[in-house]
Amino acid sequence: MTRIRFQQSLDDLKENLLVMAGLAEQAIQRAIEAYRVRDLSICDLVSRSELAINRLEREIDQAALDLLAMEQPMAIDLRFILSVIKINADLERVGDAAKSISDRVRHMEHMAQVDLPVDIPRMASLASEMVRKSLQAFIEADAELARNVLTMDDAVDAMNRAAYKALTKVMEEESHMAPQALNALMISRSLERVADHATNIAEDVIFWVQGTDVRHHKSLIVGPNDPHAMG
Amino acid sequence: MGVGIEVINLNAWYGTNHTLQDINLNIPANHATALIGPSGCGKSTFVRCINRMHETNPIGRVTGTIRIGEIDVYKDAKPVEIRRRVGMVFQRPNPFPTMSIYDNVAAGLKLNGYANRRALDEIVEKSLKNSALWDEVKDDLKKKSGASLSGGQQQRLCIARALAVDPEVLLMDEPASALDPVSTSKIEDLIFQLKSQYTIVIVTHNMQQAARVAEKTGFFLNGRMVEFDSTHKIFTNPSDKRTEDYITGRFG
Repeated sequence: MTRIRFQQSLDDLKENLLVMAGLAEQAIQRAIEAYRVRDLSICDLVSRSELAINRLEREIDQAALDLLAMEQPMAIDLRFILSVIKINADLERVGDAAKSISDRVRHMEHMAQVDLPVDIPRMASLASEMVRKSLQAFIEADAELARNVLTMDDAVDAMNRAAYKALTKVMEEESHMAPQALNALMISRSLERVADHATNIAEDVIFWVQGTDVRHHKSLIVGPNDPHAMG
Repeated sequence: MGVGIEVINLNAWYGTNHTLQDINLNIPANHATALIGPSGCGKSTFVRCINRMHETNPIGRVTGTIRIGEIDVYKDAKPVEIRRRVGMVFQRPNPFPTMSIYDNVAAGLKLNGYANRRALDEIVEKSLKNSALWDEVKDDLKKKSGASLSGGQQQRLCIARALAVDPEVLLMDEPASALDPVSTSKIEDLIFQLKSQYTIVIVTHNMQQAARVAEKTGFFLNGRMVEFDSTHKIFTNPSDKRTEDYITGRFG
């Protein structure tokens, strides 16, 4: 009987985390839409989402803490709850990143729209896909899909580096566009962080499902059945 | 100092009931090893084979080899000698109720003909200090009986009694299951201290306790050793699905 209740509590925890994940993902999409169409009303929605995400973060942490204290979980259950706590923190930071992007959009309200050598929507699309896939891996307890997310991070990092190079050049050579370039640079940096959080989530899924800590271990990222595995 | 225990193809029966089947493992010296598993899985029978208590049951039978250090338990020594080398602490503290605290600790030595009074005093004091009971009873050693102590103190008295005969191995069969949390903590602290001097094997149903005190853990099921590994591995990422199902409460 007790274990049935415990299992229900784990299911509830997972469900709440998915609600939070939905909000965080939506916040990023809205922030990028606000950037694309320069619509401050969308920024307001992002701010409201952030408040809801913060509230959920506290609720999920409390529920996880209660389960650790009351149920003293072991093995896969323990790994699941630890992963939930960490994913929870990463999702909250995705929400922060969305808020940060929407703040940049507010800064740009009275600035002229200029053509910058950076494709923010494409970068956002890739970072969002990483978040979406990492959460899909969480929903399906799919370590292979999670490993797939880890391999995507390099592409976003490369886009961020290219954006830095191109936008600093704009700031140096075309000073009238410097404010816009600076804001775009900060948005690019926020998106790179979103991808990092998606990477963390994917690593936590692998830890939960397989008990393997792949953080900072490139050689462990490629799974045993991966056709791209070395050796 | 403790010595390692090597178990090779151990089988045990109660009548026709084959309670232990093909157990093979190496219990490291000077470590605490926890044995977990559901009731009736064979873990208590296993520890009773180590000190040859299983054969005291008229229908108990054992085959296979157990070596404690260099000694083959079933070939090289008599049961009495083995039980001197292997102390045992049971679930319910069982001090001799009419004996003083002092006599409880000294009982095993006296039984073996030990009569040097001064040496006995020293061993009793050392054993009570090693069992973290000395400070609580030193003024009443001969005035109070073992039965007058609290449950937790009685269990530490039994540990002192086991230590007095200078064993190499200490078997503990659910030593804290009848104790309150404070007394349980004292027993666990004690296990932690004692394992530098003795090889400890602890049977427990309390998995948090196993996780706290033992470096190695073995999971028994239906008379078989399903998994034996570092405690860390068993409780965070066990290799066998049956182990995981048991420790996460999904067993059965």
